[in-house]
Amino acid sequence: MKRTLSVVILLLAFPLAMQWLGYLFYVSFASRVMIYAIAATSLNLVLGYGGMLSFGHAAFVGAGAYVASILVAEGIASAWIGWPAAIAVSALLAWIIGAISLRTRGVYFIMITLAFAQMMFYLVNSMKAYGGDEGLTLPKRADLGFGLDLGNELVFYYVVLALLMLCLYALHRVVHSRFGRVVVAIRENEARVEAIGLPVYRYQLVCFVIAGAAGGLAGALLASHGKYVNPNVLHWVQSGTLMIMVILGGVGRLWGGVIGAAVLLGLEHLIADHPIPWLVQLAPNYQQHANLGVGIVLLVIVLFAPQGIAGLLKRRRGAPA
Amino acid sequence: MLQLRDVSKRFGGVVATDKVTLDVAQGEVHALIGPNGAGKTTLIGQISGSLGVDSGTIRFLDADVTRLKQHERVKAGLARSYQITSIFKRFSVLDNLALAVQARSGSSFSFWHPVAKEAGLFDEARTIADQMGLSEKTGALAATLAHGEQRALEVGLALATRPKLVLLDEPMAGMGPEESQRMIALIGRIRSNVTVLLVEHDMDAVFRLADRLTVLVNGRVIASGKPDHIRSHPEVRRAYLGDEVAA
Amino acid sequence: MSWILILEQSLNGLQFGLMLFLLAAGLTLVFGIMDMINLAHGSLYMLGAFLASMFVQLTGSFVAGVLLAIPATALLGMILEVSVLRTLYARDHLSQVLATFALILILNELVRLVWGSDAALPMPAALSGPVELLPGLRYPSYRLVIIGVGFAVAALLYFLVAKTKVGMLVRAGASNREMALAMGVNIKALFTAVFGVGAALCALAGALLAPLLAVQVGMGENILILAFVVIVIGGIGSIRGALVGAVLVGMVDTIGRAFLPILLGAFFQPRVASAAGPALASVMIYLIMAVVLYFRPQGLFPARG
Repeated sequence: MKRTLSVVILLLAFPLAMQWLGYLFYVSFASRVMIYAIAATSLNLVLGYGGMLSFGHAAFVGAGAYVASILVAEGIASAWIGWPAAIAVSALLAWIIGAISLRTRGVYFIMITLAFAQMMFYLVNSMKAYGGDEGLTLPKRADLGFGLDLGNELVFYYVVLALLMLCLYALHRVVHSRFGRVVVAIRENEARVEAIGLPVYRYQLVCFVIAGAAGGLAGALLASHGKYVNPNVLHWVQSGTLMIMVILGGVGRLWGGVIGAAVLLGLEHLIADHPIPWLVQLAPNYQQHANLGVGIVLLVIVLFAPQGIAGLLKRRRGAPA
Repeated sequence: MLQLRDVSKRFGGVVATDKVTLDVAQGEVHALIGPNGAGKTTLIGQISGSLGVDSGTIRFLDADVTRLKQHERVKAGLARSYQITSIFKRFSVLDNLALAVQARSGSSFSFWHPVAKEAGLFDEARTIADQMGLSEKTGALAATLAHGEQRALEVGLALATRPKLVLLDEPMAGMGPEESQRMIALIGRIRSNVTVLLVEHDMDAVFRLADRLTVLVNGRVIASGKPDHIRSHPEVRRAYLGDEVAA
Repeated sequence: MSWILILEQSLNGLQFGLMLFLLAAGLTLVFGIMDMINLAHGSLYMLGAFLASMFVQLTGSFVAGVLLAIPATALLGMILEVSVLRTLYARDHLSQVLATFALILILNELVRLVWGSDAALPMPAALSGPVELLPGLRYPSYRLVIIGVGFAVAALLYFLVAKTKVGMLVRAGASNREMALAMGVNIKALFTAVFGVGAALCALAGALLAPLLAVQVGMGENILILAFVVIVIGGIGSIRGALVGAVLVGMVDTIGRAFLPILLGAFFQPRVASAAGPALASVMIYLIMAVVLYFRPQGLFPARG
């Protein structure tokens, strides 16, 4: 609890400090990290806690991004309409995809979720009216009203921070609720859950929908932040990136999504924008091949530290796994 | 209470259960015995609903349950324990039992209220733990229990759903003599509250506990009735009991 | 809509489907026997194309280039299997997904470092002309060669799997791995061999398709999804299912893209048809996959009971 409080205070103070130092770019960057943290956290619910290896989560993030963007492009700029609409559409999409996919297990499930996400990618790619493969640029971020200008980086940051905290708190409550216990039990021993009288399929589907809805919110925020959306946000490689964040940060741990997003995006930024002199001497193009490093780190983590960073942290403090 | 009529199941070319007809009366302990591979676990699967029925009917409490899903049958009062231990290894003993109690009591589509605050669930879980002889181990992770304790938890999970009929699939599997005696005593205790269909190889336990027995060989029922009748049944002796029980 | 056009597109669909089959066959065996999700399968396809391009440039001969690329890729595949993938067989599916995803990233960058982001593999001059199959139907001879090779390999695989001892071991492993182990099969060697064959098939497909599609980093990912759809439809572990699924997917995708916009145009306004046509065409195969799964969640020809 104390750790959480100090993290929150840090996050609250961060933009003020950055503004004072004149590094406003980092406030925008931090907003982006937090948006991805929401997306990764939503995947953590279904993947980490629920044990469902959904490889198509980008579909829900992307759907949210596109719904929010299309509304703004058509003149409906209010976030109070756009963001809930994004959540609703993503939830509906998750319901449909989940209803079909959750009838399968194991390898089939993974591939089907992947295939459905890719289907969404091709669908969106062919929508010439909304940019097709070139994407859609928005005139502005959404309108929040109440005199709050989301175009102001600090305001946007605090709004995203609030939503992230809300999501984490909601995740905490859900995981410890009756529903959460059932979902985690299904991950542990699906057959036995059915054998004590609970319809496994229904619980998995609801979990899938909740995660999809939260992913949609992240998508809407993402589109608003960059004032741009393009089909790549739905590509299955994006799903993979979200999965990397979750495993990096810690599967099934509350702060897993946040840590994963922060570490991955942070590293990405460091490598791209801050060349290390001796490394440049050795391999002049290394910054363009950052993915090689990401791949190697990921491989090493999967092979040797499957509990992720949060898992390592917890183990140090002696808490039970 | 439970009536099976001509229940059959094939797996490809193999006939696992072959026109099984069986009755379990309320309040009795009915033992299902037979050599390995006789189809006992398949039959338990069909009764509990985890396996389908190719032909035949299953009636439970005067209702046709043949097409009901497993979780629906559990709600109707029909629970099972597994031959190969199937518990929640990374939950504590108490959490294991509390989950089963939770499944039985009210909706689990509750997203906000913390389960830890539901004292009722945990009190009942503790009671069941006491019944199963696991009072000392309620806080322990299920994976750390000894084999016999895990088997007790296995039965406890089935009982936590307050079934009217419980299917115990080889509860004493892999147990030493002392643990077996404890399990036999346990079944003796629960029989006043619940009807039991018991699959077992341990003949000592079977003849001590069972009111009636049914013998399954190659998926077919070859004899059914009271213990003495079964003991002296020529076909049973030939197929099964001959080398199990000293004359 | 002329018959010529329909026939032409059908042949294109068949050609694409047969190449998909080459990828799907290796993939389905790896899933079926080793129970491993290998996302890097597409990377082997990419490696095959890049290696073929390099060998063709070195030897000056298309055939030599392709023939060299196949064992080279198979060797690299087997090295990969023995070093990294072997440790994943015992791991859970999430670990396999993430580890092989990491391999995609690594292999993509390594290819980029060695050869750059693109490579060229031009069609061999001898095969770049059309052949008159029927009066009025002129079809590119290169594509006919691909169809021929595809059928030949399919027949060879069928023979190997159905009629030889090794094939029997493979089938046994696909339907019940524990049983095969219990029967004393040298699982490690079998797995490495299966993986090598899969890599070889990928390389063949990659090399043959290279003159038609672009050879570039990331080409593996796009076709990998289709290969997944194929084996989901066909049934994991089944070569027959992979063939049926691949031809089905190839035909539906090609014919769908060619004719759906026209078909829609007959019923709807041109503006709607031109917007909805490509969109619907691109999701056709996924709809088919969803339908197949609804009725047969294990695919059309599941290897396991």
